[in-house]
Amino acid sequence: MAGTALRGRLTWQVAQVLAVAVETASVRTIMLDVPNWPGHQAGQHVDIRLTDEDNYVAERSYSIASAPGEPVALTVERLDDGEVSPYLTDELRAGDELELRGPIGGYFVWEPNDGGPLLLLAGGSGIVPLRSILRHRERTGSTVPVRLLYSSRTLDDVIYRSELDKPAVGVEVVHTLTRHQPPGWSGYARRVDAALLAEVAWPASTMPLAYVCGPTSFVEAASQALVQSGYPPQRVKTERFGGTGGT
Amino acid sequence: MVFMSPVSRGFHRRRQDSAENAGRVPPGQYVTKDFPVLSAGPTPHTPLDGWSFSVGRPGRQKTWSWAEFRDLPSEDVTVDIHCVTKWTKLDTAWQGVSVDTLLDLAGHDGPFAMAHCDGGYTTNLPVEDLTGGKAWVAYAYDGQPLEPEHGGPARLLVPHLYFWKSAKWVRSLELMDTDDPGFWENYGYHIYGDPWREQRYAGD
Repeated sequence: MAGTALRGRLTWQVAQVLAVAVETASVRTIMLDVPNWPGHQAGQHVDIRLTDEDNYVAERSYSIASAPGEPVALTVERLDDGEVSPYLTDELRAGDELELRGPIGGYFVWEPNDGGPLLLLAGGSGIVPLRSILRHRERTGSTVPVRLLYSSRTLDDVIYRSELDKPAVGVEVVHTLTRHQPPGWSGYARRVDAALLAEVAWPASTMPLAYVCGPTSFVEAASQALVQSGYPPQRVKTERFGGTGGT
Repeated sequence: MVFMSPVSRGFHRRRQDSAENAGRVPPGQYVTKDFPVLSAGPTPHTPLDGWSFSVGRPGRQKTWSWAEFRDLPSEDVTVDIHCVTKWTKLDTAWQGVSVDTLLDLAGHDGPFAMAHCDGGYTTNLPVEDLTGGKAWVAYAYDGQPLEPEHGGPARLLVPHLYFWKSAKWVRSLELMDTDDPGFWENYGYHIYGDPWREQRYAGD
């Protein structure tokens, strides 16, 4: 597992909020103008820092939703008992300043020459870094085949729904709705487990590359099932949102 | 010139650290009661009869089987842990073997160590941060065998550094002459990782 080239020091900088888009009832995408952005890879994240009038500081990490070359966008889910996410989803608006530094993380990333076929498994807001990968694939003209299996509670909780309804050529999007399904729902309606992955995932014999992102229980179950079905562990990259890890 | 953070319009503190926590939460961290899990890959499940632990230079290591390792003197420690992803968990209770004990048996044979783990993870540490009652190879948490997703059968516990240094599924400590970077250190994380100096990333 060789590392990427080390970057210079990650300094804090002040970005400006260009727009805030509504994704779902509890999810917003924040589009930013970052004047000195060094560029990022699909799958990386940033640290953001909020400061109140008493100089109290709160820091959190958020995945980058946009592709390399696009303006930095963060997609944030409001966690009601959180300190930072409700501010980002409910209070922040165009014209505000937001302090951040990044990009951070060089393992849960994908470049076209990493190849595939790609298996993307998303639980809830775990879709965010995978959306960056999808957009990067499309923008670079990559023809790597992709299957995305996206687990949400209900149809209204699906982030990037209109975008995912029109996937690029070579991208298959499969939804599963674990809590409630609309009348006539033809997708899956159960949790991601070995049986579901046996139907949806690329067979291990095709040498797929898997990215799994979501809550800990989702990532544990999905990644374990992939390994048991023959995926080499080093071809299964994971990112887990622990209990309060993303508040 | 000191960089002054701008006040975030409309942002108000929601978390209040209790008086008893004062001085226990490093800068940029918040206290959680959960135990979040962060790993770069699938959780390995190594059977205990195939588990061993080694300390030393390649080719001249001291190695213990699981049974031998469990027969070593153990310590119970209650410590605060700090993850680079911003959470801090106070008063976590562990049982394990002090790295002092391991090095006394294997030989103090170098100034730096690389922890090697099932799944291929590595992390580097100065030996002086592993000795003097500051580090353990822990196999129990809260009185129970350490669960695989938290690093079981055994993980390194180095609570005074960011928790990525407390490598899960640890299988050996390789002693070295130089402070070579491990897994996350190669991806831009800090070579040392002191939470009190907020050494999250290279150059901090």
